[in-house]
Amino acid sequence: MKKFEALHAVAVPIQQSNVDTDQILPARYLQKPRSDNFGDYLFRDVRARRQGSNEMPFVLDQESYRNGTILVAKNNFGCGSSREHAVWALCDHGIRAVIAPSFGDIFFSNALKNGLLPIVLPAATVAALQDAIVARPGSQMKVDLEAQIVLAPDGTSHEFAIDSFAKHCMLNGLDEVDYTLSQMQAIVAFERSHDDEMPAPTGGQR
Amino acid sequence: MIDKGEAQTLFEKVWSRHRVVERDDGQVLLYIDNHLVQDGGVPAFEFLRQRGLTPRAPHRTFATPDHYVPTDSRDLATIADPEKRFMAQTLADESARAGITHFGIDDARQGILHVIGPEQGLSWPGMVIVCGDSHTSTHGAMGALAFGIGATEVAHVLATQSLWQRKAKTMRITVDGALQAGVSAKDVVLSIIGKIGTAGATGHVIEYAGTTITGLSMEGRLTVCNMSIEAGARAGMIAPDDTTFQYLEGRPYSPKGQDWDSALARWRRLPSDAEASFDREVSLNAGAILPMVSWGTSPEDVLPITGRVPDPQALANADRRESGMRALDYMGLTPGMKLTDVQIDQVFIGSCTNGRIDDLRSAASVIKGRKVAAGVKAWVVPGSGLVKAQAEAEGLDRVFTAAGFQWRHAGCSMCLGTNGDIVAPGKRCASTTNRNFVGRQGPGSRTHLLSPMMAAAAAVTGRLTDVRQFMDEAPQP
Repeated sequence: MKKFEALHAVAVPIQQSNVDTDQILPARYLQKPRSDNFGDYLFRDVRARRQGSNEMPFVLDQESYRNGTILVAKNNFGCGSSREHAVWALCDHGIRAVIAPSFGDIFFSNALKNGLLPIVLPAATVAALQDAIVARPGSQMKVDLEAQIVLAPDGTSHEFAIDSFAKHCMLNGLDEVDYTLSQMQAIVAFERSHDDEMPAPTGGQR
Repeated sequence: MIDKGEAQTLFEKVWSRHRVVERDDGQVLLYIDNHLVQDGGVPAFEFLRQRGLTPRAPHRTFATPDHYVPTDSRDLATIADPEKRFMAQTLADESARAGITHFGIDDARQGILHVIGPEQGLSWPGMVIVCGDSHTSTHGAMGALAFGIGATEVAHVLATQSLWQRKAKTMRITVDGALQAGVSAKDVVLSIIGKIGTAGATGHVIEYAGTTITGLSMEGRLTVCNMSIEAGARAGMIAPDDTTFQYLEGRPYSPKGQDWDSALARWRRLPSDAEASFDREVSLNAGAILPMVSWGTSPEDVLPITGRVPDPQALANADRRESGMRALDYMGLTPGMKLTDVQIDQVFIGSCTNGRIDDLRSAASVIKGRKVAAGVKAWVVPGSGLVKAQAEAEGLDRVFTAAGFQWRHAGCSMCLGTNGDIVAPGKRCASTTNRNFVGRQGPGSRTHLLSPMMAAAAAVTGRLTDVRQFMDEAPQP
């Protein structure tokens, strides 16, 4: 996992609630190998639909936001399917942090495991951030994970919470498996008593 | 008498019995009893190999291909797309290598994981069950704590048989009263999502309770828990009772003999203590629930079939106004239109939500002696090979095919179209699935979520239809 270093970057507004992972990464790309650049598939259908219409291009395709790496989104971002590919698509595009009032549960934990920082801030704060970046497209924001602070374009700071272990992993680019493997004695001891109460299902002969 | 402080919910009982260790930040390493793996989970095996690890508890891991299998053949070689074929084939190969039980495409037990887990007796009350699929919440109907995880977590569970979790809050949704004829478990859960919203249960584990829930068949309970994720919940659970035990007894992987007796004694202690309290309580009156249908592009966009397409302009909340307008534009609907005037092109009966035998029986009861409307393409995709076989033994396949339905093989199929079974752009599908997201059933597809009975009624008339009108009407000879 890539280390999360201090971020000072263009913020991109995603002005829609309930952005589901089917939008972020359409299902037909789930069969692609991880070695692909999933950034090519990010919001693929939304972007294509906008290109074929008279509407403004999708926000990530607008000149001011093209280099943005911080998303400022609305309620329930990443709801729906458990596909981690949605996180891969954001990461491969270069997105490093997503700020929203709430997230889909599975998306949130997938993000932490890939070095994409999901930041929960109060709805009113997020709305104010969106207003600020929409008023001045291309505005930059700062994210300081060490201090757990988001700095708005106008310099106001907003503290956010994160589990300390997840923070440690993000800052150091570690994944959890090594740590869990270091707990293997506890797992084995647990299994010894648990196996009686809840044995593995067996006996499925045809 | 249990002291209020000691009283526990079903969720808390299962949680506390699976705690391996707790970290300083409050995260708990939870032991996983049962890990289900589908063909979409194949990348996790590669992650494991890159780290030089192998699956630790293959005896607690069960696999079947469901996302990428064809529904018109039982031969992986017939999958034209090499990437799709690779997913299904690799699951078979990796399972064989690791010693994981694998129900292959040529095995009658193959099917959608969330159908075959309960069907095989793999999903027990009190278990912690995970799978790299968000609809794992389905298994909560057995009284298990079951939830979906991402690919990295699948690899973590394969390597360690455990997972770090922060304890969720609890929410009880109580539904009391009798359901009207023509109203089913699907209508109950769509009503719940319509009431609390797609983020209504975020951060919570739901326990469904009340006389309506306890009165449901096991299949109906599975349908309700299946869509917990559509309300944003980590999981959904139902207290195990005699309905659960009768369903499980004698299934291939259920405990047998003395093991059954001791398991039963433990399972009977799982239901929430009467004094247990929940962080949130929601209640619904079953008598007020009508056959439901979705009109928009989020599972919270639901209305009784007697309703009209809403006018987003009338909404006070600017965000909902805009998303409503966007949804109507995508769905090709106009405000004020009667839902029963919405013409459909396709009908899909199947999925982990509604691909079980009860679902096929209820749809067949509406279809029997009737015909699919001209121009409507209608499919039944049973949730497993065994559901298909059971339906055929009961003659349901002939009921469907005589009406003009296609009768296909088991798989996820048109719920998300990963196997290539998709709804064409601009086409409108009455579907017994779980998500009506933009493009869910294929780019440009338009989905209306409904129950199997409602899907059958729509197939007959070619438009969204109140199935209750068929309840008093004798079928055509």
